[in-house]
Amino acid sequence: MYQSISELVQAAVDLETSISEIILQQEIQNTARTREEIWAGMAKRLEVMKTSAEEGLRKPVRSLSGMLRGNAHQFNSWLSENKPRATNGILSRAVARALSVGEVNASMGCIVATPTAGAAGTLPAVLLSLQESCGLSDTALIQSLFTAAGVGSVIMLRATISGAAAGCQAETGSAAAMAAAAGVEALGGSPDQAAHAAAFALQNMLGLVCDPIGGLVEVPCVFRNAGSAAQSLVAIDLALAGIKNPVPADEIIDAMERIGRRMDERFKETAQGGIAATPTGRQLTKYFFPGTASADSEGL
Amino acid sequence: MTEKRFISVFEAIGPVMVGPSSSHTAGAVRLGLMGRALLGSTPQNALIRLHGSFAKTGRGHGTDRAIIAGLLGLGTADQRIRLSHTLAGDCGLAFSFEEIDLGADVHPNSAQFILSAGERQVTFTGSSLGGGRIEIIDLQGYPVSFNGEYCTLIIISADQPGTINTITGWLAEAHINIAFLKVERQKIGEEAIMIIETDQPVTRELSVKIASLPWVRWSRIVPKLGD
Repeated sequence: MYQSISELVQAAVDLETSISEIILQQEIQNTARTREEIWAGMAKRLEVMKTSAEEGLRKPVRSLSGMLRGNAHQFNSWLSENKPRATNGILSRAVARALSVGEVNASMGCIVATPTAGAAGTLPAVLLSLQESCGLSDTALIQSLFTAAGVGSVIMLRATISGAAAGCQAETGSAAAMAAAAGVEALGGSPDQAAHAAAFALQNMLGLVCDPIGGLVEVPCVFRNAGSAAQSLVAIDLALAGIKNPVPADEIIDAMERIGRRMDERFKETAQGGIAATPTGRQLTKYFFPGTASADSEGL
Repeated sequence: MTEKRFISVFEAIGPVMVGPSSSHTAGAVRLGLMGRALLGSTPQNALIRLHGSFAKTGRGHGTDRAIIAGLLGLGTADQRIRLSHTLAGDCGLAFSFEEIDLGADVHPNSAQFILSAGERQVTFTGSSLGGGRIEIIDLQGYPVSFNGEYCTLIIISADQPGTINTITGWLAEAHINIAFLKVERQKIGEEAIMIIETDQPVTRELSVKIASLPWVRWSRIVPKLGD
């Protein structure tokens, strides 16, 4: 089992192959499953990603609480009107897809946890938007998902992907790093560039707290996925341009773990701090969960 | 801090699940599936008492729908989970939810189940531990610990010599390997519970044979739960 991104890059360079291929071989060696079975499992996950990334664009999806009502659909409709806007192309399409997956998740729809349900919008948003704009094949996308899994597994070994353990940096931060490495590989970048992309993405998201209103995986989670998809796309281009982050990915993962450990409990999925504890956050909590302790300090 | 265990690609890219949260939906569905298995059929009546975070935010997370979906036999990725309360009527399941305080020692994502179908009944308490993993902590008044990761044979019997020998002998004859075996009793010579987790599934034939033993008062085979 590879314990570091640097070992993964080295193995890929030594064997003149990709990070995804190293991870695929590791999976074959450690499970009783064939390459074809593992590939089919990943292909199935890509299909679920596509469905969840499209559903919210086609029709307004309402979250279980009603806090989110068809934002992905609204965003997508607005894009088609071609009004003046700040983002374009891949980035704006990624934002739409991230919102869609987040809303589908919050409405009890089917998603792939990448690496968690709360961060499930980031990876599909990045990869499917790259596919659309750069003409990537499904095969290339499925292959790149193994690189994403490799980065995710190193983060799980060295740190954590749990918001309850280390805040949102561990969820959407990890998702952005996974998507960045996968995106670089899918676009033909080197294993070393994939590692730098993961480093840039996670580095830009360090310190992010997990502060969901009412403890629901809705606000700010769904919008954070749009943000982390953007961070991931920025990281991909930084790396593909050949820019190297002075601090390697493994050290950034370790820093994330230390930051998470020192983070106050109020910022670790307890709905007691940050956005959840704002006057509006408390009002909404009280509205959705009358009588809960966390909502009592501010009246509606 | 570094762990040495193998992490499958499907832990980082997966599971495929119905949202919004693995502990409040996937884990709750699996508790429902466990309830169905412990009863031995789809329940006709279900009283579910939600504890801790399940009680406070369960409705917002869809925990109530997920539990009923599990009791009806829907899997964790089934799109019909959100419609489970309507489906329950079609399946002849009458259910109600209450809040309960099971104490500070019990995991915040826990629920007590009181299920029945005709003559059958079962009462148990289970917890959703995160990532969809569950643990049953109380069954028919006995403190227990099992999680559905294995096929599980549960036998409540008269506390007398030779019971374990008989059962383990039959399992060996059927080439079923025992992964874990736990025995608890209430009082010497009265009643004991045996929980046997096995690597291979226990056959229906063997289950009927066990249930017909004169000293067996209650027995169930819980199949390994899916993801």
